[in-house]
Amino acid sequence: MNNITANMILDAKGLACPMPIVKTKKAMNNLEAGQVLEIEATDKGSKADMKAWAESSGHQYLGTIEEGEVLKHYLRKSSNDEAIETKHPNLIHNEELEKKLDSNEMIVVIDVREAAEYAFNHIPNAVSIPLAELEDKLNGLNKEDEIFVVCRTGNRSDLAAQKLTEKGFTNVFNVVPGMSQWTGKTKGINK
Amino acid sequence: MTVNVMTPKEITKKVFNKEELFILDVRNESDFNDWKIEGENFEYLNVPYFELLDGVEEIMEKIPTDKEVLVVCAKEGSSVMVAEMLSEAGLSVSYLQTGMKAWSEHLEPVKVGDLNNGGEIYQFVRIGKGCLSYMVVSNGEAALIDATRMTDIYLDFAESISAKITHVFDTHLHADHISGGRTIASKTGATYWLPPKDATEVTFDYQPLEDSNEVTIGNSIINIYALYSPGHTIGSTSFVVDEKFLLSGDILFIDSIGRPDLAGMAEDWVGDLRETLYKRYRKLSEELIVLPAHFMMIDELNDDGSVSEKLGTLFAKNHGLNIDDENEFRKVVTENLPPQPNAYQEIRETNMGKINPDMEQQREMEIGPNRCAVR
Repeated sequence: MNNITANMILDAKGLACPMPIVKTKKAMNNLEAGQVLEIEATDKGSKADMKAWAESSGHQYLGTIEEGEVLKHYLRKSSNDEAIETKHPNLIHNEELEKKLDSNEMIVVIDVREAAEYAFNHIPNAVSIPLAELEDKLNGLNKEDEIFVVCRTGNRSDLAAQKLTEKGFTNVFNVVPGMSQWTGKTKGINK
Repeated sequence: MTVNVMTPKEITKKVFNKEELFILDVRNESDFNDWKIEGENFEYLNVPYFELLDGVEEIMEKIPTDKEVLVVCAKEGSSVMVAEMLSEAGLSVSYLQTGMKAWSEHLEPVKVGDLNNGGEIYQFVRIGKGCLSYMVVSNGEAALIDATRMTDIYLDFAESISAKITHVFDTHLHADHISGGRTIASKTGATYWLPPKDATEVTFDYQPLEDSNEVTIGNSIINIYALYSPGHTIGSTSFVVDEKFLLSGDILFIDSIGRPDLAGMAEDWVGDLRETLYKRYRKLSEELIVLPAHFMMIDELNDDGSVSEKLGTLFAKNHGLNIDDENEFRKVVTENLPPQPNAYQEIRETNMGKINPDMEQQREMEIGPNRCAVR
């Protein structure tokens, strides 16, 4: 389960506060929007600080895994996920999807966020296919299935839903507003 | 401009003397809101260090130039960084040596009284965490009550006054801090006393402390008289020292009373707590000087930094001793309780000898305020 992929790994082991955050801030500058940074640190205080720093700087704190003495923090660089109008015509609200899931309908949920986002928090039975990998994985999907595409805010899932429709999938829905507001059941590391 | 270092001892002096100080706390907001350096005339600004990485320009105008400025963080590193930035910007500031870690561990000994046949009683004020421990000294012998894990401080202090520690007591099994009692007893050969009802799960040998036990310190007759006073824990025991001082443990504080819920038994122990506070203590002389194991707020400190008050005064002024209605009392001590102390379960297990965390882990467990009281 701990095979979380990150776009970059930063070694901050053995460094005391404030260095883990100082280095993280620099490393973030070299990432592209939406990419994931893994920070390996041994300073216990780094967990609360990473979270608070991410919140204040607009990045997304995904979570922390503790492996012995090492804390692995996962952050996703801020991107323009929010406030973009969705274009795909089929929308479904979180609550409706939740009802469908509760009634055990045979449905497919595809989570198009980064693997690290998925790892810490996702809808049970959702399949992880990061947006960038969607094109390569179309063969594993059935064109007639009812497919619900979810991301954090409905933006990446909108792009994914458009892509699927374009490729001949007939029953595709974009889940809005997405995982950032999801109140139903979830699974993930540390849960 | 220069960057200076300020030690916990220097800050403690400022607290005791009610001096002014401007504290720039650069820890994250939740840590600051949870626990900070308290002083009657201290002013605060909380800006996390990670918001100052690009510069301190934005906070410059919020920092006074006519006051002493102290930069504080968890362990020192970030406060040094910020202090240097402020210094480059032209301010003269200090940082707290070893940060809140050291603040949490600082003990300030204050003499609280003389004993009848010669001898003294000292209170060790753990100013950052609100814990109070005691040393009763007579004729070259000393007894320790509710010692913290900073054991060297007591050992060095005893040596400095040429006293040998012969008895070590814990009034109860602590849930907010790690006891140094066992360590000190084994280093000095002193007897370690613990109330047996709190010690049912401990993994070590101890001398059972029971109602009416009397221990004599020194050649002169300094009595430490045990008074069974359950409520905070089922074994909680108070001491009357030299018929003059009442060491009340976590049962009665200056402006609050003990909480009965830290061993998960609030409903069962609330009756004991009431019995202790409203019956057992009522039978004692109102002239006794109450010396509790904690303070909650900085304004409970007397002018010399000590924490003490006459029992009679507490009967008159402490809200927790003035709730006539039993149901009302039950409500006050079992409902709307403050959050439980950080890691209190692990701390209890450590004090039972069940787990043996290393020094760094012990520090982490004790982070934050003590929260043993209800008001």
